[in-house]
Amino acid sequence: MPVLPARPDLRRRPRPVPAVSVAPSVHAEARAHPTAEPVISVKHLWKVFGPRADAVPKDPALSALSRRELMDRHGCTAAVRDVSFDVAPGEVFVVMGLSGSGKSTLVRCLTRLVEPTSGAVLFGGEDILGADDKRLRELRRHTFSMVFQHFGLLPHRRVLDNVAYGLEVAGTGKAARLARAQEVVDLVGLSGYESSYPDQLSGGMQQRVGLARALAGDPAVLFFDEPFSALDPLIRRDMQNEVVRLHHEVGKTMVFITHDLNEALRLGDRILIMRDGLPVQCGTGDELVGAPVDDYVRDFVREVPRAGVLTLRWIMRQPTAGDPLDGPELGPDVVIREAIRAVLAADRPVKVVADGTLLGIVGHEEILAVVADVEGAG
Amino acid sequence: MATTAPPAPRAGAPAATPPTGRGTALRRLPSRGLLALGTVVVWVLLWAVFQGRDTLFLSPSALTPLHRSLNDLSDAVGGSRNSNPLFLYGFNAVRLAIDGVVGALQDLIARPSGGRPVPGIGWLGVVALGTYVACALGNLRVGLLTAAGLVFLGLQGLWLESMNTLALTLAAVALSLLIGIPLGLWTGLSDRVHRVVLPVLDFMQMMPTFVYLSPMTLFFLIGPASATIATVIYALPPVVRLTAHGVREVPQSVVEATTSLGSTGGQRLRKVLLPMAKRTIVLGINQTIMAALAMVTIAALIDAPGLGKTVIRALQTLDVGVAFNAGLAIVVLAIVLDRTSTAASVRAETVRRRRGNRADRLRRPALVAGAVATVVAVYVSRTYLWAATFPAEADLGGSIARAADASTTWVQDRFSGLTGGLKDVVTLRLLNPFEQLLVDSPWWVVVTALVVLAALVGGRSAAVTAGIGLALLIGTGLWFDAMTTLASTVLATLVVLLLAVVLGVWMARSSRADAVLRPVLDAGQTLPAFCYLVPFLALFSASRFTAIVAAVVFAAPAATKIVADGIRAVPTAAVEAATAMGATRWQTIFGVQLPMARRSLTLAANQGVIYVLSMVVVGGLVGAGALGYDVVAGFSQRELYGKGLAAGVAIVLLGTVLYRVTQAAADRTGQQVRQG
Repeated sequence: MPVLPARPDLRRRPRPVPAVSVAPSVHAEARAHPTAEPVISVKHLWKVFGPRADAVPKDPALSALSRRELMDRHGCTAAVRDVSFDVAPGEVFVVMGLSGSGKSTLVRCLTRLVEPTSGAVLFGGEDILGADDKRLRELRRHTFSMVFQHFGLLPHRRVLDNVAYGLEVAGTGKAARLARAQEVVDLVGLSGYESSYPDQLSGGMQQRVGLARALAGDPAVLFFDEPFSALDPLIRRDMQNEVVRLHHEVGKTMVFITHDLNEALRLGDRILIMRDGLPVQCGTGDELVGAPVDDYVRDFVREVPRAGVLTLRWIMRQPTAGDPLDGPELGPDVVIREAIRAVLAADRPVKVVADGTLLGIVGHEEILAVVADVEGAG
Repeated sequence: MATTAPPAPRAGAPAATPPTGRGTALRRLPSRGLLALGTVVVWVLLWAVFQGRDTLFLSPSALTPLHRSLNDLSDAVGGSRNSNPLFLYGFNAVRLAIDGVVGALQDLIARPSGGRPVPGIGWLGVVALGTYVACALGNLRVGLLTAAGLVFLGLQGLWLESMNTLALTLAAVALSLLIGIPLGLWTGLSDRVHRVVLPVLDFMQMMPTFVYLSPMTLFFLIGPASATIATVIYALPPVVRLTAHGVREVPQSVVEATTSLGSTGGQRLRKVLLPMAKRTIVLGINQTIMAALAMVTIAALIDAPGLGKTVIRALQTLDVGVAFNAGLAIVVLAIVLDRTSTAASVRAETVRRRRGNRADRLRRPALVAGAVATVVAVYVSRTYLWAATFPAEADLGGSIARAADASTTWVQDRFSGLTGGLKDVVTLRLLNPFEQLLVDSPWWVVVTALVVLAALVGGRSAAVTAGIGLALLIGTGLWFDAMTTLASTVLATLVVLLLAVVLGVWMARSSRADAVLRPVLDAGQTLPAFCYLVPFLALFSASRFTAIVAAVVFAAPAATKIVADGIRAVPTAAVEAATAMGATRWQTIFGVQLPMARRSLTLAANQGVIYVLSMVVVGGLVGAGALGYDVVAGFSQRELYGKGLAAGVAIVLLGTVLYRVTQAAADRTGQQVRQG
């Protein structure tokens, strides 16, 4: 299979200076990948359920109402409200929110499993909202595919035939599709289980089948709808590692839905936090943890071990007159946890240097404040 | 009645219930009970005063203008049958097409054809074919069962009759599936169709089966076509219902996942919905086959050929032996069809799992060999007379008939005191007084009393339904007969309820009782209604009592299952709490389990009424008289056609009123349980 050339770990990519902006999506994206054309571009997407749903996005008075007010006055539920973001090639973009925040509806709108009410979803410049049934099927067969929370496997088919299903409906010949399915089954670590039936597999293995099925058609984009929520914690961790590994190996663009912040931080290059259908904040993990835009996000990230997410950039301070400036040097994007030993071992502050420029210094107090998880250490 | 007792605290009742909710429930119940009792007392007094006045009696041969105009309508329809374009291109075409299909099947297995004195395929060929099909769809065991069953039919001396029944059943099943599976799929896929189709299916199943036989003959004449169409009406609902259910049961997640992979609608249907719904659909086919067989035997009333005709002829001459023999043949046929289609549905579930195992690898060559053997057998049965007509020397049927006669005589001699006594006690002490009350009261007293009772039991809408239904009943001109039938129906339903509660409680409390009773009840539900009649006819001769017993036996299984399931659904915690407080077994049953299962009791009454009513016409065959007799007479005598039709309508009206009232009562108790 055409494996993309190995790329440097996305998570170590140089970060921009944290942007503290309420709606940073488009701008932050432009800065994060200045050269790359976005694979997916979502513009002012709305999904409203209920009678006269079409009227809501058009009418400024209605679209300004809160979800509750809209329900009471108009009888509609606005699941997704004016969401815009871009996803760059090879990026893992995570949408995070609690149940009812509209994240699952959002991802279904992107594949038109749920028909959006208004807005645009561009795949490589093509608005899929304008695609007819035939074109939509083409896109689903070749351009994107999805992994589901409840797996959605066919119980009457063997693993191999489940994996080959997408190729089968796309008209690939039997020998070719089984060969391809075998490749993907091997890729997700299910070798030896080709002839099992889904109900003979554990939940984690079933989801591997779901993953293989999504990969079989070699799509450009993978959507994940809370794929590991139904799994045990240990298996969930395994599967998250599996996704990281696969991302390294095949380098697909991924849109990942989750309600689990730790999962979001582990996997996501950028994270969009949603609440009541509205986007709240979009940014990298350290941006969310370091500079939450409101109390909702702050509440969310409170329990996160900051040392594992924030980088030195977030805790460095400008050197004052008395600071000795001959300590060791570290980059600004080194995660704090990995710098602890070096900073504590040095008897003078560590210099944070990028491209030969001194950005700031980090001393024992700064490190210890984060390690002790003192509120407001950033 | 317990409901009229003062609201004394009952021993064993859980003290955990909030006192306020309990208080209101108790205050309301006795007041309604008292009102009902008062109504009955007033009714009895009025009956005593006005006895025999305004009873709207109509003698069996008398006709009302409505009946005459229905006769005229029938004549007019009959007259225009060969001129009216609706008939020429509509009904007649349908009739000819169906007659053609049935006829072809009959030619093949059941009657002399092609200028030969024997059917196209002789008994050996049919046995081989049946066995092969059962093996292929199910397994070797049902294959052997099929072979044994078919040979037994021949030994009974009922080969051609059985084959006629089989041909008619197969034709009706084929037609039902042809319509039912696509309709079921559509119903499963579209919510809008679902909303429209379900009430229609409910209505089709609620209609007593005999009632639509008569209008059917108006359009399709008597004979195989009418019988087939009536059978299709009766047999269609299960397959539609279960197909739709199977499709709806497919998890949304699977449908969504396969859509997201770019399946077309057709691919989704073929590769996802149909395979995943297969087992449920086959279950529906099984139920449709059983329903078809039951109806085909009943359709003998409109001249459908086959075993049903033998039974009816025997019933009319009270020839218990012959009726028993033919009834047994129907049972054998039912068992063969049921086991084969059940095995097929099990196979649909398990076959994929066994891919590659040894028995499975042997299966294909075995099936090929079987196919060859079957072809040979069919050829032989077309060539040699011994394989074409079942040898008459083995007269097992005669022995069975004689044995049945002998044992009936023996039972009658030994127990005539007992059976006769039982019959007399029930008839004289229960049925007659009750019937007197309904029949001999002036119609306006009965209508008022029934509407008031309906209001007390089911609320205002139930009272309105009862009022309209009873008014229409008077309009049919068969008020007197309807009240006679109502008396038997109510009595039978009460007995059904009593049985259902006793057996249901027993089944729910003892898993051993459940293990023994459930298969018996299942068998009772699958057997065609005619089969019950024979032994009871032998025991009790033709009378209203016999009809009541037959109706009870027909209705009790369904009601018992409902009660048993309802009691089993009572939370264990409530029963344990009562036991922990020291309640005796009977205190637990009457204080906790029955009150908490009240909703399923009313549901059992509701279903029981429907089942009992659908036996009214069968009851008419064995001496129940009244509406059932009117319908049966309408089949056989032209001048009574209109009256029979009206009697059919009257049965439907009675059914609707009783159904609605018990339904409203069930809804009401449901609400009360929720409030309490």
